[in-house]
Order: sequence, then structure tokens, then C-alpha cells
Amino acid sequence: MPEHDMKDVRDIVINYHDGTSRKATVLDREVPYPEGKLIVSRTDTQGIITHANQAFVEMSGYTEEELIGTNHYILRHPDMPAVAFAGLWETIEAGNKWHGYVKNLRKDGAYYWVKATVIPNIRNGVVVGYTSVRRKPSRSKISESEALYKTLR
Amino acid sequence: MTLNLTVSPDFAPDHISGWFIFNTWLQRQLGTGVHLELYDCFDAQRQDIKSGKFDLVYANPFDASMLVRELGFKALVRPISKPDETIIATHKDSPLQCVEDLKPGAQLVATDDPDVNRIGMIMLEPADLDQTNTETTTVDSYVIVAKNVLNKNAEVGFFLKDAYDELSDLIKSQMKILVSSEISVVHHTLLLCPKLQKYAPKIQQRLVKMADDEKGRSVLESMNLLGWEVMTEEETEFMIDLIDTLLDE
Repeated sequence: MPEHDMKDVRDIVINYHDGTSRKATVLDREVPYPEGKLIVSRTDTQGIITHANQAFVEMSGYTEEELIGTNHYILRHPDMPAVAFAGLWETIEAGNKWHGYVKNLRKDGAYYWVKATVIPNIRNGVVVGYTSVRRKPSRSKISESEALYKTLR
Repeated sequence: MTLNLTVSPDFAPDHISGWFIFNTWLQRQLGTGVHLELYDCFDAQRQDIKSGKFDLVYANPFDASMLVRELGFKALVRPISKPDETIIATHKDSPLQCVEDLKPGAQLVATDDPDVNRIGMIMLEPADLDQTNTETTTVDSYVIVAKNVLNKNAEVGFFLKDAYDELSDLIKSQMKILVSSEISVVHHTLLLCPKLQKYAPKIQQRLVKMADDEKGRSVLESMNLLGWEVMTEEETEFMIDLIDTLLDE
């Protein structure tokens, strides 16, 4: 780890809504969103990852094997308010599309911002999972989101 | 029976004859008449597709979404190693170095290609630009997009990557690329209408084997394709779901 990162390292415990928790290291270091790419993943109806594209693997810092079968909340950064994800689930479980700006936690503790869109995968009238596509957000939207999320935590 | 075939109008003009050669090849393979109709305008083609004029459509990804979800078409095959990618380019002397250097009021030039324009607008989002604070000139072809960029009538142009790659070296040497998409999983597909689904296995099989013989390969070459691979229903649904996430409504 570069020396300058050591100043802003936090070891924390992240608690998830399903009662599980994990220890994580969080660094105050942003990884820039890769130009021109979309981060794509799919989950089952419980949020378990069933597909991850190469951009997702590269940006998350996990291997594809580590991601598949894991709950998508492994990407959740502690700076994100729980209410944002409650809104996401409420929207997609009702069969609608959700858009939002999300700060994601990488395996190495650094973070990256995305503009995320999640839609239900409907086959023969039944929701069988969800597709999430993330793209590069503008700095102004990141600043607005940071300010908003601070008030919601 | 005659199959009515149409092709998304976003291929380079050099390959028009290739699609007519493909039409003849397909007729021989299927032992039935195939009538090819080409368009130079996406909207006119879309209206005719919606009115039920075509049985077989080589569609861009955004139209494929409409064909499957609204009209019950099924994807048979996709071209091998030919994802649809978008390039945003500017004049080589432009002070712009990246998309974020563009400001509200930016002048864009594009064709009416729906997938390139959508992906292009998504790649402008990091600059807080959208249709409400940019001005787009729509032209008929990517060569004209390039001319507008070179004449500085627009700050940037949107290109289908394939079309950009086929511009002359002289034109390309006078432009610079600000951003190029790397999406990989969005591509054209050949789709069959619901009433002719019984022919799907035969058409699919002949197309997948097309690159196996010399005649088939030369037809593919004239269309600038390497070959075809099967597109499963779930792969089609996945691509359409992905495209759905890129539409903001």
C-alpha cells in the first residue's frame, strides 16, 4: 500500500440488513471510473451475483470467482446511507427501474463512484433476477450525492 | 414463399453490394425467394418493420429490443466478434482533450443511428451534458459527420466505431478520439418474425456454417463480417435488459 494511503485507513465492521456483518478496511482513495466502459452485473432475486463483466471484476478488485455467488452488498460503502438501498429494493421489487449515484467499496478498501441503473429481469411475467449497469457519473453529481448522503446517514 | 429481409441502415456504403450478394446466397441456401430492401433512414425503416413488412431483420441493438419485446421476433444469430461500440471524436486541433472539457451549449453532429446516439449521450454525462443543453445536427452518414467535424461546424461527432475505422486514413489523421466505448455485449442481431419461426432452425444452421466454405466466407467478407454465432433467447433477453438500463425514461 502506498505510504500516503496509510493516513486515511479505517478498519470497520459493516453490518448488513440480513443480520450478517464483515470486517473491512476503508481507504480514503478514489479509483477513477474507466473511460467508455459499463460495469455490468446480474443477481438473482435475493441479490446474489450470478454474472459479472470484466469491468466489474477490474473495478471491484475481486476475482470473478469471488464475486459469483456473493451478495451484491459486498460492494456497499459505509458512507452510503441504508435508506438509499431501501429505496432501490422497494423500486425494483415493484417491477420498476431504479437510478442512483452510488459510492462503491473495493476489495482493497478504496472506492469508486458510479451512476447505477437497476432493472428487474422479467421472463414470462415473472421477476427472475436483476441487471445492474453502472456508468461514469459527473463530478457535480458526485458532490451533490455526497452532500445528500451525509444528511441521511 | 418469399422472405422479406431488411438491414439496419448503419453499415458502410461500401458493403451495400455485400448485402445483395448475401441475399442471393440465402435464397440458394433456403430454396426460397428472399427480397432485400435497404433504407437510408432509421425512422422510415422502423415504421415499415412495425407495419409487418419484414420477416427477417438484421437489427441494431436498440431496434432489436423493439422487435423482440413489442413484435415477438426472435434473434437467430449475431455476427462474430463485432460488438457495437461508439466513438466521440473532435478535430485534431481542437483544444478539447476529454469529454469533460465540453461545456453546455456544445455543438454535436451525428447520424440518426439510435444506439450510437444513446451511447454517445451517455458518454457525455460526465460533462453534465444531455439533449437539453447541447445542440445536435443530424446528418445522413458518418462521412458527413466527419466532414462537419473537420470543417469545425461541430465540436464533436458521434461515430459507430466500425464506421469510424472505415473512414479514410486522411480523414482520420485530421481527427482525434476523445472517448471510445468498450461495452462488448451490445451488438447487431438477425431476427425472425413470429409467424415464420418454424424456419428458424434451418436459417440458423445455414448461417452458423456459412464461414465453413469458401463461397460463404467470400460473401461474409463482402459484408465485412467474420461469421455468425447462435444467439440464445436468454442472451437476447440479457442484451435487451442491458439496453433498457441505458434508456432514461
